[in-house]
Amino acid sequence: MENILEIRNLCKKYNGFELQNVNITLPKGMIMGFIGENGAGKTTTIKAILDIIKNYTGEIKIFGLDNRKDEKKIKEDIGVVLDDMFFPEILTPNDINSVMKDIYKNWDSELYFKYLTDFALPKTKAIKTLSKGMRKKLEIAVAISHHPKLLILDEPTAGLDPIARNEVIDIFQGFIQNEECSIFISSHITSDLEHIADYITFINAGKIILSKTREELLEDYGIVKCSKEEFEKIDKSDFIKYKKCKYEYEILVENRKIFSRKYSINTIDRVTLENLMVLMIKGEKEC
Amino acid sequence: MDIIISNSSNQPIFEQIKQAIKKAIVTDELKENEMLPSIRNLAQDLRISVMTVKRAYDELEQEGFIKTIHGKGSLVATKNIELLKEEQMKEIERYIDKIILISKSSNISKKEILETFEYLFGEDE
Repeated sequence: MENILEIRNLCKKYNGFELQNVNITLPKGMIMGFIGENGAGKTTTIKAILDIIKNYTGEIKIFGLDNRKDEKKIKEDIGVVLDDMFFPEILTPNDINSVMKDIYKNWDSELYFKYLTDFALPKTKAIKTLSKGMRKKLEIAVAISHHPKLLILDEPTAGLDPIARNEVIDIFQGFIQNEECSIFISSHITSDLEHIADYITFINAGKIILSKTREELLEDYGIVKCSKEEFEKIDKSDFIKYKKCKYEYEILVENRKIFSRKYSINTIDRVTLENLMVLMIKGEKEC
Repeated sequence: MDIIISNSSNQPIFEQIKQAIKKAIVTDELKENEMLPSIRNLAQDLRISVMTVKRAYDELEQEGFIKTIHGKGSLVATKNIELLKEEQMKEIERYIDKIILISKSSNISKKEILETFEYLFGEDE
C-alpha cells in the first residue's frame, strides 16, 4: 500500500452545490495541502472521507481499506481536526484525557499531557474559558495523541496567531518524520502550506482543478507580466490562464524556463499559492 | 554545514540546497563518504517540504555528487575533481553571460570589460 488516501469519482449533491468527480491521491509520508475558496467543497470532501455525510457516491480508500466497510478499523489510525469543536464546553483537558482513553486503543496519555505542556494549555480549566487559539491547539493535541497514521485537518491554523501557527507547523513536520504517516490539510491561509506541503490540490466550485507537487507549482509555474502587444504575440497553447489588468497582462504559464526560452519577455515571477488561486479562478482563457 | 534559504531569492529552494551542499563538498567541509542529513530531517530543520529536499538530493545524485543507498541514506560520492571544476566553470559562464548582456545593452566595449577584469583580478592576487 503506497497511497494512504485514494478518492475516486467522489460526487455529492446538495441544493445549489455539487461535488463533481473528485479524485485525490495522497502517497505515504507526504503532506497534501487542500486549497480553495470558502464554499468550494473542502469541508464536504473531508466529511465524505470521514463518512460523516451521507448519500455520496464514489470510492474512498484509506490505508487501502474502504472508508465505509472498514470504518472502525480505519478510524483507530486517523486523527482529525474539524472546523467546529466537538467536545462539550464544560469538559476540561483533563476530562478529555479520560474520555479519549476509552475511545482509542492507542491513546497515549503521556504524549497528550506533553503536548498540553508544550502548548501551555491548562489542564483543569473548562473548554469554554479557553481562547479560540487555545481550543485549536487543544484539538490538535487530541488529534495526534493516539499515534495516528493519517491526520485530516480542516483549517487547523484558522484563528491562530503567527507564533502558534509556527508551533503547529513544527508539530506537523515532526509528525511526518515517520514515513508511514501522511497529512491532509485544508486551508485558505496559503502561506502556511507554501513551504511544507509536498502536494497541492486545488478545488473550485466542487471540482478539482489542479493537483500537483509543490515543486511543479511553485518552482516551475510562472506568472508572466507583459504589455498588450507582447500578449498578442503569445501562442494560446503556451499559457493556462490570463488576466487583463489596468497596466499589464498577467499570464499563468506551466514552465517558466521553457516560456522564457521561447519568448523574450523579462518579467516572469514565480507563483505564490495566493496569486495562483486568483488567476485560476478569476483568469480567462479563450480557445 | 550552512544551508541558508532565502525566500525572496529568484533561485528555487531546491537549487539553493543543491548549491549549499555542492559548496560544502567543494570546500571539503563534507568529506567523501560522509552521510548527509536524512531527507525528512533536513526538511523539518529547514521548515520546507520533503519533496523539495528530495528534488535537491535526486539532482545531486544525477550529477554525481552524492549517492543514495537504499534504506541507509545519502552520502557524498567519491569526489571527481574534474566534475567539480566543470561545475564551477558553468557557474562562471553564467556570470559571463550576464556581463555580456549588460555590456551589450549599455554599449560597453569588450576591451573595456577585459581591462576592468584584468584590473580587478590582478588586484586580488
